[in-house]
Amino acid sequence: MSTLLNAATDVAAPTPRRSRLTAAKRRQYGAAYVLVLPFFIIFIAMVIVPLVYAGYLSLFRKRLIGGTSFAGVENYVKALTDPLFLTAVGRMAIFLVIQVPFMLALALFFALALDSGMMKLAKFSRLAIFVPYAVPGVVATLMWGYLYGRDFGPFAQVSNALGLPPPPFLTQTGMLFSIMNIVNWAFIGYNMIIIYAALRSLPTELYEAARVDGASEVRIAWSIKIPAVRPALLLTVIFSVIGTFQLFTEPKLMFSLAPNVIGTAWSPNLYAYNVAFVNQDANYAAALAFLLGIVIMIVSYIVQLSSQQKERRS
Amino acid sequence: MTTTGPVTVTSAQADLDQPAEPGRNPARQRTSWLLTVFVLICVGYFLLPLFWLVVASTKSNADLFSTFGLWFAHFNLFDNIKAVLTFQDGVFIYWAINSAIYAVVSAVGASFLSTAAGYGFAKYNFPGKAALFAVTLGAIMIPIAALTVPTYLLFARAGLTDTYLAIILPSLATPFGVFLMRVYAADAVDDALIEAARVDGVGELRIFLTVALRLLLPGSITVLLFSLVATWNNYFLPLIMLNSQDKFPLTVGLALWQSSAAAGGGSQALFSVVITGSLLSIIPLVVAFLFLQRYWQSGLATGGVKA
Repeated sequence: MSTLLNAATDVAAPTPRRSRLTAAKRRQYGAAYVLVLPFFIIFIAMVIVPLVYAGYLSLFRKRLIGGTSFAGVENYVKALTDPLFLTAVGRMAIFLVIQVPFMLALALFFALALDSGMMKLAKFSRLAIFVPYAVPGVVATLMWGYLYGRDFGPFAQVSNALGLPPPPFLTQTGMLFSIMNIVNWAFIGYNMIIIYAALRSLPTELYEAARVDGASEVRIAWSIKIPAVRPALLLTVIFSVIGTFQLFTEPKLMFSLAPNVIGTAWSPNLYAYNVAFVNQDANYAAALAFLLGIVIMIVSYIVQLSSQQKERRS
Repeated sequence: MTTTGPVTVTSAQADLDQPAEPGRNPARQRTSWLLTVFVLICVGYFLLPLFWLVVASTKSNADLFSTFGLWFAHFNLFDNIKAVLTFQDGVFIYWAINSAIYAVVSAVGASFLSTAAGYGFAKYNFPGKAALFAVTLGAIMIPIAALTVPTYLLFARAGLTDTYLAIILPSLATPFGVFLMRVYAADAVDDALIEAARVDGVGELRIFLTVALRLLLPGSITVLLFSLVATWNNYFLPLIMLNSQDKFPLTVGLALWQSSAAAGGGSQALFSVVITGSLLSIIPLVVAFLFLQRYWQSGLATGGVKA
């Protein structure tokens, strides 16, 4: 900034001109703040203040007798030794390791398939794969819940007709995959579109030469297209990390179909919700929310760091 | 911020629906039937739940249980729709109106705030700019759901829970929208144009409102659509903030019906109501989606290419 101002004064040696320039600069600063300020007022009120408040709350405890008192890091120590919270975070880690790579690999595959120009009905396919993104998580879970169900789910109907036991969609182990499937269904298309849009904006010259040289489409995809859309892939990975740890709607709605399987702490967010609104322990819930945020930041940071290293190596 | 010319954004936008552009002509590639068939099978998977929803919406509650789920039985759709719209004194209609109000007001607001801030960041240098933008970028990583409980507690103190503002205010803060609009504004508004307007003595804010805003419109619509979907589909925030049924959006209302349907208690007739209500609730967005998809993709290209 100071260099900019210096440059301005150097060029505009005569005094009257200089003061006019500074006035113009000042007007521009003013305009910039007027443009940026409305967003930051809302941003501070709706993001920064709740964040600080959560941090503050998490340092207190509330007892029936004795009221609210300072607790230091007690809530954090409690959370880090709370089997319900740790199990929920662990479950999300498993989710992250299995579901996210599967989802993104398929999203990348579909994006490359649509971009390759080797497909019939490409536009229809693109729309059909993307359309679940427009369906609210609540409705997606409702639909899949009924499809999984024993009452009138078609899978149970078919296995019933064949004299087989109903598929174990809503059992303890089945539930993890059932919910993964709902998330896949909802978000493969969204991620596909991010990657596809990046592919479409690559200059063709990038791989036209390889094509002329007789490189196969698979080879072009692997060696040219995928490395070229790495920023878009990184974006999808980070959004997926954030989304996974925040999982709430799906387990919350699955609860009414399989209360014993879901319980109160299937995902960390569901647990924080139950702690806040069923146990009425806002302080502990704030600590859980804060820890969850920290976990998400760490994982996103690791993802970014490892991708930067990869870039440096290549 | 990288400054890879406007080419990426605009060409992505132009390309999407005109694959016949020279040099990218798919017709020159040999059609792979194996690939086509495989992708179409996957398309079947994505359409399956929606097909089921349409089929199930045409069935009476009894037929849901007694006929095969993936094919039609006695056509009962209109009776089901009537049942949805009149159930509990027509509360579904309120939910639909609420969803629309929440989504439209939040989306228009978020889009305008993001556009102004993004343009401010892209076209001006001012003290504190780098720090403010860094904070905005960092906030993209903050899990909004983790903020919802503390926001609720703050709103409870301010007496804002169970109001329309409780849903709209938190939905206005979209750091990702600011990021998208900054990238978009950097290319969409020519610096020479701003300079020319300045020479003509047009004030800075007038330049934004009369010259820049029109050029920023495609980007703004993308942000608008994203916030629209995010707010329309939001469940966690309204679930926490609202108590009165007549303020619920569709998501919270349908979830409520679903849990009472699943709990049984003589209310078995609810299943067809929940299912048909679900179908009705997704129609507006799915339609908006199919017609406006150009904007989705161009916006995502902006974010994905430059992130």
